[in-house]
Amino acid sequence: MVHLKVNGNAQTFDGDPEMPLLWYVRDILGLTGTKFGCGMALCGACTVLQNGKAVRSCTKQMRTVEGLEITTIEAISSHGAHPVQKAWAEVNVPQCGYCQPGQIMQAVSLLSSKPHPTDDDIDSGMAGNICRCGTYQRIRAAIKMAAKETV
Amino acid sequence: MCRGIPSSRKVLCVAEFPVLAKAARSGATPSGALSSIDATAFHPSLFVGIHSDGAVYIVAHRSEMGNGVRTSLPRILADELDADWSRVQVIQADGDAAYGSQDTDGSHSVREFFDVLREAGATARLMLVRAAAQQWNIPESQCVADPMHVVSDKNSSRKFGYGELAALAAKQPVPKKEELQLKTPQQWRYIGKPAPGYDVTEVCSGKPLFGMDVRVDGMLYAAIAHPPVLGGKVKSVDDSAALKVIGVKKTIAIDPFKPPHAFQPLGGVAVIADNTFAAFKGRKQLKVEWDNGRNASYNSAEYRKELQRTARQPGKAVHTIGDPDAEFAKGGKIVEAEYFAPHLAHASMEPPVAVADFRSDAQGEKVIVWSPTQNPQGVQEEVAKALGLKKENVTCHVTFLGGGFGRKSKPDYAVEAALLSKKTGKPVKVIWSREDDIKFDYYHSVAAMYLKAAVDDSGKPKAWLQRSVFPPIGSTFKENEVYGGDGEMSMGWNVVPFDVPNFRSENGQAAAHVRIGWLRSVANIYHAFAVQSFANELAYAAKRDPYDYLMTLIGSARTIDVGSQAPPGVGEKYPYDTARLRRVAEIAAEKADWGKKKSGKGSGMGIAVHRSFFTYVATVVEVEVDDQNAIRIPRVYTAVDAGIVANPEMVRQQFEGAAVFGTSIARTGEITATNGAIDQSNFYDYQVARMNDAPRQVDIHIVESVAPPAGVGEPGVPPFVPALCNAVFAATGKRVRELPLTRNGFS
Repeated sequence: MVHLKVNGNAQTFDGDPEMPLLWYVRDILGLTGTKFGCGMALCGACTVLQNGKAVRSCTKQMRTVEGLEITTIEAISSHGAHPVQKAWAEVNVPQCGYCQPGQIMQAVSLLSSKPHPTDDDIDSGMAGNICRCGTYQRIRAAIKMAAKETV
Repeated sequence: MCRGIPSSRKVLCVAEFPVLAKAARSGATPSGALSSIDATAFHPSLFVGIHSDGAVYIVAHRSEMGNGVRTSLPRILADELDADWSRVQVIQADGDAAYGSQDTDGSHSVREFFDVLREAGATARLMLVRAAAQQWNIPESQCVADPMHVVSDKNSSRKFGYGELAALAAKQPVPKKEELQLKTPQQWRYIGKPAPGYDVTEVCSGKPLFGMDVRVDGMLYAAIAHPPVLGGKVKSVDDSAALKVIGVKKTIAIDPFKPPHAFQPLGGVAVIADNTFAAFKGRKQLKVEWDNGRNASYNSAEYRKELQRTARQPGKAVHTIGDPDAEFAKGGKIVEAEYFAPHLAHASMEPPVAVADFRSDAQGEKVIVWSPTQNPQGVQEEVAKALGLKKENVTCHVTFLGGGFGRKSKPDYAVEAALLSKKTGKPVKVIWSREDDIKFDYYHSVAAMYLKAAVDDSGKPKAWLQRSVFPPIGSTFKENEVYGGDGEMSMGWNVVPFDVPNFRSENGQAAAHVRIGWLRSVANIYHAFAVQSFANELAYAAKRDPYDYLMTLIGSARTIDVGSQAPPGVGEKYPYDTARLRRVAEIAAEKADWGKKKSGKGSGMGIAVHRSFFTYVATVVEVEVDDQNAIRIPRVYTAVDAGIVANPEMVRQQFEGAAVFGTSIARTGEITATNGAIDQSNFYDYQVARMNDAPRQVDIHIVESVAPPAGVGEPGVPPFVPALCNAVFAATGKRVRELPLTRNGFS
């Protein structure tokens, strides 16, 4: 039996310990904001926060989550009020939107460790998050906007 | 086993969601938001309903995959209706032939429905005005829909809100088209003005919008082991290990297709489980022996040589001007070049996925499908065919698509879900892994091209021959089709916008050994790569500046006679006007400060122009190449003439995105096969552009135009690839004739 917290709520799990956190969150808890894109931690769509830092939930097996506090996109704010979400809306970042929860979670994590990221910080911080619609320059602009907001 | 239709089957998913989307943006969830315009007090057409509370519901009948149709199309209608956009709710349509085409590819959403939606908005407004006029007993001309969302009496301060008028308007006869008063462009509030995406807040909050997010009570999950080679079949299966996996329920065989494959499932073995991970894990434990069939001898390296050999031989002549052979026979200076572009995979962020719920009761059999599909009517047709049902007994709910690019026009994955739901008696979600998506795509075709020009003393071509060889999309619909269709040949091949008196386009045969489909801008990709690279080579051969030379090559402002290349009606509406092509080239070159910076020693600019889907695009790419041959793209300048633009903000997004999509194609895009099976699997060996290697900044200039709306989703892609390769040449002196760049030592 594994015990963890997801978005502040205590949860337990005694299914397949090999199940990735991604599928637990999506299929068992029904929190579908965190997305599946590759299953190999190559695309970033599955990004959640573990104790505030970005992790790829598709390769994190449930056997390793004992005692962890996980935050998903659903809990970043209600109705898009987080500075990063507000910047995303202001810059009109999303096209199809599928990668954006992962992009936002990664950006939140980046800004928590680098509140005023340079272009190089953004490049290396966000290089793990793929967007096939090509919204990168807007993501960059939104991160810079959110960085100013949270001074 | 028959199952009665449950009265309270709970759908924990997107079907109800889009109605709430707008409300969330304004911070309040409206109680009583409707999910169908049929429930509104006044719904004079399929596209709009106005309720007595003043809410305006507009139906988005085209698929949303980032192309912005849930914003741009409703705004067209809202403008002519004079509705307050902040009080509009967008409802996603199911598949229904009554809407007309819902086939969301080919960049035709706005251009096909611009007039239809304007008329629908104007119709509703006129009926509201007449209802008010009747109430007040005044002439119609004394009523105006101003400010928005009300009808006012010009001669007094009386007004009725649209909500108050709804029930009365519903009693008005629907006016004829001739009675409508459409706005002039000067009167437009929304059309032509930038607006952000309607669903931004929901997307950024992780709401369950996508096909992947659909969850239905009692739903099972399926992962399918497909035959690795096209046309392959199961020889034997040992599912004993798979059945031992926690959560796996059973395995089910899916029949292989009967050629031609079209949209039929590939066949294989499905593992059915109670969650996604168990289905994937169970599939890994399947032991399947495959009979790979005749395509098992297909190897990309050999096939490439075959295509290139064919491209060197005379092919089938398709479009001819003058007599190029006579000109070539004169001798003189000849320039020739061969180009090659490999297969590509769509790789949208959301892999193919669909949920189907097959039900059988006293009324008969029916299927409900939830699919991220570009083609909901196609889903209805294919599911009906596969299950022996009537099309009207298949409902297709359209979810958001996590990218499409053409892959999700093909309903094969929805058919898989329907077949499995029928076999299990439960709703089934079929999920394709990334490996499935890369290995079982309908690939963008591989092409070998040969070009030859006879040039005069100034380096300008007097004769131009170009020959294209590629396994055609037609092979998906007709066995052994080896020639390109009219569609592919008309995409930048049969007509070039150049002042050349003698020209011939040719097509050589090529058989398909994988499924071929259409991918964002289709044959324009390889054709523009060849034509615009060759034009660049001719410029350097003539010792001329590439931009100046390109303008000489295009020649004077004129309408190009495309002969029989354009369908009747379309050709008249969208003539090929070189003035518009010259204009976008001038703008892009000017914005890029063309010629002001020195080229060479690792810095360079490249230009390319292309018209596709009736839109004129010029792209200038600036590159920096270091001494390890690593390419950076600091800046891209794109000029676009797409005629009347419904929402310039969406257009900007499409062209910014096209530059990134084009970067992926040019730099790393390559799908190959060994013994018939696709070599690539995931993003480590099918690489796509990331933040750090995408163009740093893409500037878009949209030309103001009153020409009819043209396509915007695809046209940005074709010119990008040659512009980048031309820039690489300017920077390094290395000419890339075979994509991708990584095959040429670049990274």
